[in-house]
Amino acid sequence: MAHRTGIEVSLAIAEAARQAEVEVISAYPITPQTHIVERLAKMVADGDLEADFITVESEHTAMSAAVGASLAGARAFTATSSQGLALMDEIVYLASSLRTPVVMALANRSLSGPISIWNDHSDIMNVRDAGWISIFANNGQEAYDLTLMAYKIAEDHRVLLPVMISFDGFILTHMIEPVCVFDDEEIKGYLPPFNPPYKADPEHPVTFGPVGVPDIYTEAKKQQDFAIRSSISVIKEVFADFEKEFGRKYKPVESYMAEDADVILLSQGSVYETTEIAVDRLRKEGKKVGSAEVRLWRPFPFEDLRKAVANAKVVVVLDRAISFGGQPGPLLGEIRSALYPLEKKPGVIGVTAGLGGRDIMIQDYEKMFEYGYNYLKTGKEPEAVTIVGLRE
Amino acid sequence: MIKTTRPREGFLNIFAYQTVTREEYFVRGHRACQGCGAALGLRLIMKEAGPNTIVVNATGCMEIISSPYPYTSWAVPWIHVAFENAAAVASGVESAIKILRKKGKIPEDKEINIIVFGGDGGTADIGIQALSGALIRGHKFLYVCYDNEAYMNTGVQGSSATPYGASTTTTPAGKMSIGQGYWKKNLVEITAAHRIPYVATACPSYPLDLMKKVRKALDADGPSFIHMFSVCPTGWGTPPELTIRIGRLAAETGMFPLYEIDHGKYKLTLDLPNGLRPIEDFLKVQKRFRHLTKEDIEVIRNRVQEEYDRLKKMERFTQEE
Repeated sequence: MAHRTGIEVSLAIAEAARQAEVEVISAYPITPQTHIVERLAKMVADGDLEADFITVESEHTAMSAAVGASLAGARAFTATSSQGLALMDEIVYLASSLRTPVVMALANRSLSGPISIWNDHSDIMNVRDAGWISIFANNGQEAYDLTLMAYKIAEDHRVLLPVMISFDGFILTHMIEPVCVFDDEEIKGYLPPFNPPYKADPEHPVTFGPVGVPDIYTEAKKQQDFAIRSSISVIKEVFADFEKEFGRKYKPVESYMAEDADVILLSQGSVYETTEIAVDRLRKEGKKVGSAEVRLWRPFPFEDLRKAVANAKVVVVLDRAISFGGQPGPLLGEIRSALYPLEKKPGVIGVTAGLGGRDIMIQDYEKMFEYGYNYLKTGKEPEAVTIVGLRE
Repeated sequence: MIKTTRPREGFLNIFAYQTVTREEYFVRGHRACQGCGAALGLRLIMKEAGPNTIVVNATGCMEIISSPYPYTSWAVPWIHVAFENAAAVASGVESAIKILRKKGKIPEDKEINIIVFGGDGGTADIGIQALSGALIRGHKFLYVCYDNEAYMNTGVQGSSATPYGASTTTTPAGKMSIGQGYWKKNLVEITAAHRIPYVATACPSYPLDLMKKVRKALDADGPSFIHMFSVCPTGWGTPPELTIRIGRLAAETGMFPLYEIDHGKYKLTLDLPNGLRPIEDFLKVQKRFRHLTKEDIEVIRNRVQEEYDRLKKMERFTQEE
């Protein structure tokens, strides 16, 4: 049976990749992702995992080789962070448009400059529109479970899209957490062998990546969007099956005490769990607050979000990245636009916090709720960009 | 009328050509310009490689002309991902086949060739990092750089493989400029420095020589690299019907010497018993060199001779061992 064990989250993710029997791993070192692929390299070296580990010379090649391996019929895995993701950006878009079910573990880290190895979400926001299925893990258990589920989703013939699992750098990657790890026997057969409908096989030649002339490019892009938009039903199915089989429940939008809340604090990643503590505190003071998380970032779960915040008066969106000169947070913009068509909709305001590894304290979350209440009272929005925890 | 010497197998070639398969794996109907040397080269290479081949193609002329959806000129599996990463994609393909074979998912005895095609820009410039990484890791594939000596697909911009003195749209000749201001990057030396088993130069003007080298490269016990001189009538300003001849002139003048480095041993593969032919024979038929003065040509001649003498020395030195 599965055993609960104290394990560094990076190593739990590597363990999930091993149990998924990945066949080609192409990865380049970057903090804070490195422990994952170091462990995988050791597994291959020790004969615990039958895979080919390509020690590539850049992240651009890491993604390129993963795409090549996937097209040749192998289950491919890579992991990166921050600048690494930015460098592979070009091929991130190609992985999805070539419909390669590559899985990438993304240890969220801020983008330079100034150079910072610490956590925020500016790296993932940079690939928001790259056509990948994108899911946030909030703790070690989720990172482990979701890495396994990622292949189930990606390789489903109704989907055939790459999946990235995001988890906060250092805050999770370097943390030893209690994780329920499956015994190999228990998880065997959870993933059927990788069997893509098309691959680079000389017996059945296929042309991958032809020129998209104007006559066809538009249709190709429509198809791609259709594919990722439709994948939400498969994702929900995989979540439901996982719950049925293993008892742990995942939802596209998570929420806590949100049903009757006046003010909801909406976030992504490991901070979501801390917002729950803030909710508990404020509830004790008699404040009707709740919290929510957009776990499934792409495809965006419009219906689930609308349901989760339907009864609230204000949604305070916590962004971990800045859209400079823009919305000002990428998440804020998404939430506003998702709720806009509703007839009865909550007010939506945005705050930013936790950039480049700046800790967010419980008081900071309380402050964010305060902005919500203030808006409720005065209708006054915090000005762009309101950063909670900024030294002034 | 420019005369060139015949390929060195001479009369026997009439029979030799009959041994070449009539099957095509890079098939007609593609959109290459008239007289395209690269397209001809690809066709010959694919004939030698045969059907059990996976092709990875960098963005560039050969990718554009062979795959405007819904058409394809490829009768073998063909993968195009991006410009600078063909060697990286091929690394993944090779790695996948290796592990799938080990796991019994691909029959052990099934030979699959992997061939990469990249232009000079995709190889010498933007793709050199991915190429170097792949070669040093030892992925077994044949990388063919079809070198038409500039970014022809985007309209004749200079690359680091553009020869000294050539006028391109980004290295235009003018009152203050000779055209390309530095010497062509030596891809053979760079790839050979990775100590891969087989590196060669070739040109479709010598089809049997090209195919022989492709065979050696595919049979090599590791990565191999062929630097293929590819005449480009559109970019060089040459009559399409002279493509074959200009390829031969490049070899005979030493502007693009034909040789191989087989496990470290250099060998010049084109006999030039009377030495190098005057480089004017090659330069004068091309618009891109039209502006060169006598003095400019002397500078080029000296450099070409120097390089050729060096190759001769390397041949003597490495063959003696």
